[in-house]
Amino acid sequence: MPNEQLTFASKQAEPLAGGHSLCAGCAASIIVRQVIMATEDPVVVANATGCLEVCTGIYPTTSWNVSWIHNAFANAGATLSGVESAYRALRKRGEIPEREIKFVAFGGDGGTYDIGLQSLSGAMERGHDMVYVCYDNGAYMNTGVQRSSATPLGAHTTTSPAGTLMTIGKSEIRKDMTAIAEAHGIPYIAQSSPGYYMDLMYKAKRAFQTKGAAFLNVMSPCPLGWSTEPADTLVLARLAVDTCVWPLFEIAEGEFSLTYLPLEKKPVIEWLQPQGRFRHIFKNNDEGLIDRIQADVDRDWQKLLDRAGDAIPDIAGPVRF
Amino acid sequence: MEKVIERMMEVRWHSRAGQGAVTAAETLAATALREGKHVQAFPEFGPERMGAPLRAFNRISPRPIRIHGVVEEANVVIVVDSSLLGAVPVDANVAPDGVILSNTTKSVAEVRRILTLNGQKLACLDATQIAVDCFGMQKPNTPMLGAIARVTGLVALDTLLVEVEEIFSKKFPPKVVEGNIKAVQRAYQEVSYE
Amino acid sequence: MTKTQKSKDNLIQNPKSKIQNRKVVILSGNNAVANALRQVDPHVYPGYPITPSTKIMETVAEFIANGKMQCEMVAVESEHSAMSAAVGAAAGGARVASATAANGLAFMWEVLYIASGSHLPIVLAIGNRALSAPINGFADHGESMGSRDAGWIQFYSESVQEAYDNIIQAFRIGEDSRVRLPVMVCLDGFLLTHTSENITMQGDDEVTDFVGPYHAEFSLLDPDKPVSHGLSDPPSYYMEHKMRQQAGMEKAREVIEEVGAEYGKRFGRPYGLVDPYCMDDAETAIIILGSEAGRVKGVVDKMREAGKKVGALRLRTVRPFPDEQIVRQLLGLKAVAIMDRSYAPGAVGAPMFQEVRSALYDYRDSAPPIVNRIYGLGGRELRNADVRNIFAELDALADGDATVPVIQMVGLRGEPAPTWEEMRPLETPIAVAAKRGK
Repeated sequence: MPNEQLTFASKQAEPLAGGHSLCAGCAASIIVRQVIMATEDPVVVANATGCLEVCTGIYPTTSWNVSWIHNAFANAGATLSGVESAYRALRKRGEIPEREIKFVAFGGDGGTYDIGLQSLSGAMERGHDMVYVCYDNGAYMNTGVQRSSATPLGAHTTTSPAGTLMTIGKSEIRKDMTAIAEAHGIPYIAQSSPGYYMDLMYKAKRAFQTKGAAFLNVMSPCPLGWSTEPADTLVLARLAVDTCVWPLFEIAEGEFSLTYLPLEKKPVIEWLQPQGRFRHIFKNNDEGLIDRIQADVDRDWQKLLDRAGDAIPDIAGPVRF
Repeated sequence: MEKVIERMMEVRWHSRAGQGAVTAAETLAATALREGKHVQAFPEFGPERMGAPLRAFNRISPRPIRIHGVVEEANVVIVVDSSLLGAVPVDANVAPDGVILSNTTKSVAEVRRILTLNGQKLACLDATQIAVDCFGMQKPNTPMLGAIARVTGLVALDTLLVEVEEIFSKKFPPKVVEGNIKAVQRAYQEVSYE
Repeated sequence: MTKTQKSKDNLIQNPKSKIQNRKVVILSGNNAVANALRQVDPHVYPGYPITPSTKIMETVAEFIANGKMQCEMVAVESEHSAMSAAVGAAAGGARVASATAANGLAFMWEVLYIASGSHLPIVLAIGNRALSAPINGFADHGESMGSRDAGWIQFYSESVQEAYDNIIQAFRIGEDSRVRLPVMVCLDGFLLTHTSENITMQGDDEVTDFVGPYHAEFSLLDPDKPVSHGLSDPPSYYMEHKMRQQAGMEKAREVIEEVGAEYGKRFGRPYGLVDPYCMDDAETAIIILGSEAGRVKGVVDKMREAGKKVGALRLRTVRPFPDEQIVRQLLGLKAVAIMDRSYAPGAVGAPMFQEVRSALYDYRDSAPPIVNRIYGLGGRELRNADVRNIFAELDALADGDATVPVIQMVGLRGEPAPTWEEMRPLETPIAVAAKRGK
């Protein structure tokens, strides 16, 4: 079955042209291509200010082969709800052809978890027929790696630096944005990773098919902010899933499903160690912090297992395509 | 009684929020408009608290009205709620040739003792009783309009009756409409002033 | 009743028109704006309620609920999102309108610049109200003056009639291919938003016909022609794009005059950039904008009856700023006061004073002395006596009295307010007089 999906994607027009200026190894463009290729309908993209926006649309050039709008940092949700309302208004009056168009917004964690949260919340509550995709790289990378509410506990950023007095890096846990999205009672919410591209495309497809607002939270490894090798991006994307730091699941019409069960749940240290942003933990030999991060991950993963109940997949690996 | 308004007349209403004085001011304006006059109606600006003393205003003129904002000196003061007599300065900033018209059970002589007047006319009417008699509700606004027509000549009785019939017919059954018309006519007859 | 009917007809200013469906009605400013929007029926209304313009959104919602408008309302969660959705909808090819006031406009600030920089002809009604703090719900031009450099065309309405007329014209002006800029239509909070007046409301068909259909040039919603909206500009292009905005603003001058003249021809109420009143032989004059212009005109009438050669000049637009029209009216006068309903802390006078004085610089040899009177902040009542006092000061100024303060607030409680000069320790009266060229 996965092959069908691949075959389908290979026939799709390229929504985002090469030649953009995103960093080597950036997952954002991978996510964008996989998400948009999951639908056959034409799409209109709204983009919050951030890496993706600034690297794909610099006048007088554009990397976008689909219609695209960037408005500001805080308002991708509201902007796209405006475009979608224009679509309904113009179609209603017969001023544009009766033709299905899909609406998708891309925002980083800054534009989604933080400054854009209110705008996104409003758009989800109003139930616009749109998909909102957060590419979550865990800090404000566009402006040089400042902490966000998506930055994980213990990560070094330029505004949560690991110093000689305050050695921990970011001292707070990350916000659970997916749970906040779910609290809006929208029909489709999912967490995914470009490391498991079939999972991502499956969820993007379902999100596009959903009538009403859908929210996808996608982890997006960032070689710059994470201090990792560009070639390791998808390895890290998979490690996040296999350590249960970033579990894959969906909630469709209120029904929760784990969509991936690791063959072997790897210790979180395997996820931390390759990343320069956690280097100080190992330099300081801060086992207490590693234990705390592991305990948080274990607790959250157990919650998901409890929630899945009898519906825990009985085989490991991607389960639903 | 036919009076011709030759200059802009400014009206100040004293009421309590929720008593419909703003609607009454708008009805007065609509009646004057029907007579081809230029009009304004507006509430005292700011948040409304139910039961709190409230003012509303009218300007009525044979010529276009350019001025906006609170009436500095009223030609006509209308007190819709008698409990405001002596409680708020209804007698302040009234033109020397102006008139104060109050809904009250008291006589003109009694009200005169409560207010400080400098030559202004005073008119009194038990509008609440007329309202209760005519349409069974303690809503003095319609009879007050009848008294205004008589005392001020701002609008003609005939026009007022047409306006009241039209407005009330939109919302109320014929019996209530008839009652309100009767109330206007009775108030027009019964208002006493000196 | 025939007599009544006849005089009512006299109110209609163009009785020769064959179109019968216009009517004289009593409407508040908010209601008049909402009715103009009903007649134009834009595609999308993204909105967030705020006093004193809430009733506009409520009335539009009511029209939609009762099938009198086809417009899509997007009831967003903040003014920032209202203007953001407006930009999205306009980029999607929709005709868009909204309304706000005070802190709501301040919350839109970021996106105001994006709307104008993207050449999206959104129409925004402003129920002018003071900015916090202290929080205050009353008339003040602070918020719209603060946004005067956001790239929007700005109209200030004198009456409910004009607020209605301005909304209808705003669509034509903003959407004109020579302009393509968003338009604010300002009406003073409560003084116009909540005041009911008799206005002539044109027929629905007349308005539809005047405004015409809207065709956006670069819509996001044509999948066969994908477009990118809101690209980032490197330094090598940014200034050219700002020049294009400026070109639109400059063209707006003639478009505003054209549309105002055509409006007058069709509906009997012509409009221009400025509204001179008794200026032909005036010796002193007051420049003002918004609803209190009516009061000043009334005082001018009274003073004219007493033989005083006074005049009033109302600015209808602030952006584009009608500098030529102002200069033309002011040259040859003996003294002029600019009345601002806003102020600019630390600046040399309030916004309109600064700009009028700047416009006069090239004509400084023949320009009259000018003073700034700041009034009505936070809804402070202006009284006829205040206006008469200002004219009296202008007389003194015309007679060469150098003690007349240049910049001062009027209508304050208690003692006369200190002048700007008095509050500035280093500024002597001599320096002030020298600055005036005396």
